[in-house]
Amino acid sequence: MKLRITNGRVIDPASQLDGQHDILISGGNIVAITEHHDDFTADQTIDASGLIVCPGLVDLSVRLREPGQEHTATIDSETRAAVAGGITSLAIPPDTDPVIDTPAVIELIEDRAKKAGRAMVHTIGALTQDLKGEFLAEMAALKAAGSVGMSNSLSPIKNSIIQRRAMEYAATLDLTVFINAFDPWLQDKGCVHEGTVSTRLGLQGIPETAETIAVSRDLLLIEQTGVRAHFHNISTARAVKMIQDAQSRGLAVTADVSAHHLHLCEHDLGNYDSQSHVLPPLRSIRDREQLQQGLRDGILTAVSSNHQPLDADAKLGPFSETTAGISGLETLLPLTMKLVDDDEISLNQAIACLTHQPADILGIEAGRLTIGGQADICIFNPNAQNECQPNNFISAGKNSPFAGWLFNSEVSHTLFAGNIVFEK
Amino acid sequence: MSSNQLTDSGQLRHFLTIEGLKQPLLTEIMDRAEQFSGITNRQVKKVPLLRGKTIFNLFFENSTRTRTTFELAAKRLSADVINLNINTSATSKGESLLDTLHNLEAMHSDMFVVRHSQSGAAEFIAQHVAPHVSVINAGDGCHAHPTQAMLDMFTIRRHKQHFPDLRVAIVGDILHSRVARSQIQALSTLGVGEIRVIGPKTILPADTQTLGVHVYHDMAAGLEGVDVVIMLRLQHERMQGALLPSAREYYDCFGLTDEKLKLAKPDAIVMHPGPINRGVEIASTVADGPQSVILEQVTHGIAIRMAVMSMTLGAQSEQQEVQA
Repeated sequence: MKLRITNGRVIDPASQLDGQHDILISGGNIVAITEHHDDFTADQTIDASGLIVCPGLVDLSVRLREPGQEHTATIDSETRAAVAGGITSLAIPPDTDPVIDTPAVIELIEDRAKKAGRAMVHTIGALTQDLKGEFLAEMAALKAAGSVGMSNSLSPIKNSIIQRRAMEYAATLDLTVFINAFDPWLQDKGCVHEGTVSTRLGLQGIPETAETIAVSRDLLLIEQTGVRAHFHNISTARAVKMIQDAQSRGLAVTADVSAHHLHLCEHDLGNYDSQSHVLPPLRSIRDREQLQQGLRDGILTAVSSNHQPLDADAKLGPFSETTAGISGLETLLPLTMKLVDDDEISLNQAIACLTHQPADILGIEAGRLTIGGQADICIFNPNAQNECQPNNFISAGKNSPFAGWLFNSEVSHTLFAGNIVFEK
Repeated sequence: MSSNQLTDSGQLRHFLTIEGLKQPLLTEIMDRAEQFSGITNRQVKKVPLLRGKTIFNLFFENSTRTRTTFELAAKRLSADVINLNINTSATSKGESLLDTLHNLEAMHSDMFVVRHSQSGAAEFIAQHVAPHVSVINAGDGCHAHPTQAMLDMFTIRRHKQHFPDLRVAIVGDILHSRVARSQIQALSTLGVGEIRVIGPKTILPADTQTLGVHVYHDMAAGLEGVDVVIMLRLQHERMQGALLPSAREYYDCFGLTDEKLKLAKPDAIVMHPGPINRGVEIASTVADGPQSVILEQVTHGIAIRMAVMSMTLGAQSEQQEVQA
């Protein structure tokens, strides 16, 4: 099928493209980005007047719940939600059930994703077998099967010698190590940021040091082992500073922040609102400001959804008994664009943080508009005026603290490999 | 602050936390309790205010004193009372907690008195009960124990004249104490001159001063010149997890002895929400001494709970009449 996207404002931060162009697509690939005057005859034309046309978004941390928790969500349901949010490439952490520590699990996931056929699902393999932090996973086999990196996900490796060797082994294979940094002892059973709100509500707090001590240890090990590493979901101002220092020392370290941490803080817990129960916890106003600053300064180079779909019961109970997590696929773009509306970051920065920058972290081709490259494209209206209604999410997880928020950005079309996989 | 414990006209619909309640309402509770405490001394200790009402005491966590005083309070108001001690392990999921509640609602209950080990549980239950049911928080996790705080205020008022002139010290495990949080809010709302908390850093919450208190780590300095000393119970499990080295060292540093009590004003009163650990946080001679009002607190608990129950159920029926 031949497709023309016309009259849109095409923005591709990777090639510093920003202007009124037509995108011509044939055979699933972009064949030209041109002025309107050409002799391309399209089977279908998308009129993108007033809309922004950018590369399909890339999300670094998405839980699809399959395999293991198909009663909550599936690869089919969540890739549907992803493309409704303009996301065409996503990476899933290894904490599925079974864990992504064998090529068979990768094959299963890729097979299901291919059947769904809407978005590219990349796997991050387990650093250690069954994420137990005891024995190294067969990283070479996982890499050969398609893993874009290795992680121990939400089960931090407590034993520092195992962490060091896992990094060394990953470095040997030129694999990126993805880290969710927290000290399990300091985090303990905490469920909110340790500060004025935890004190007032009588909830067990998670101190800032739960994150900074883990980041600090891992930065030193990264320096020692020379591994390339990425920190997921940084939540504290201090960790941003530590990562900045490491980057200026020349370490191959990147970091992302979740969209909700850029907008919410501990006070948004209100009166035990379980929808705001998330890990790492929503932190202080100052932390939130510094996360935005880190994005502006290019220390944090990606915004992720940290999508965790949950069923309704998981959020129904006294706060600390509810499950942490936010269904974020469908709010990733509007929340990031809200920072542009609020003059916190530029439009170019916002799109870069959602496209080629996360793609570069994963080491994948996506996130850019390349002639001859696969046509993964997101088209959105930046002036839509929409009220966020989680109950209308396409994701199986309706768990979001953003109900009632007014968003200006709304995805109108998503193309994956030249096919329209979502249309408003 | 609870969003839904007041009716549109500012009456108590539920009683979940002191936070957000205004001074006149706290005074009204104490005035009402004052009226009820007269009844307690009569031969027939009953009034028919809540005749025909059904009150469930839902205790997801063990308690003797609190449950008993709630039961007595309800019976003196002529309500029917049903006590349920619910094993928390059977209801560790929110879903079954709600199922339990909805089943009890179906038995036409009018009020739930709830104690639960998780902070925010009473608020959660209040958000999900049928509109005709009132919820009274009898202690939720480390968050709030508002009737205890009110009976403490009532006790202070019986002994001291004017709240703004008072200096009050709360000693011990503030971090895990729902009683302390509610007391601090009540004392602040009633305009107490100075609230002090005294304890080692391990059992004080982060940013304690944001609660509106002065923090002391030295017992002698903290007790200097205070009018009221409130001792908190130290749970034995605090020795685990390295919060404290030993009960002996705690008693040496933070236990209230006759000697330390001399640093407070000569007419200072000593309070404790109970149950007391003699020789851990308080010396027997102090607990049983002339300045102790600990048993009075227990007695006042009945009147305060009668006041709160009658006020919430009264507001509840008013609200329903307005809506009908």
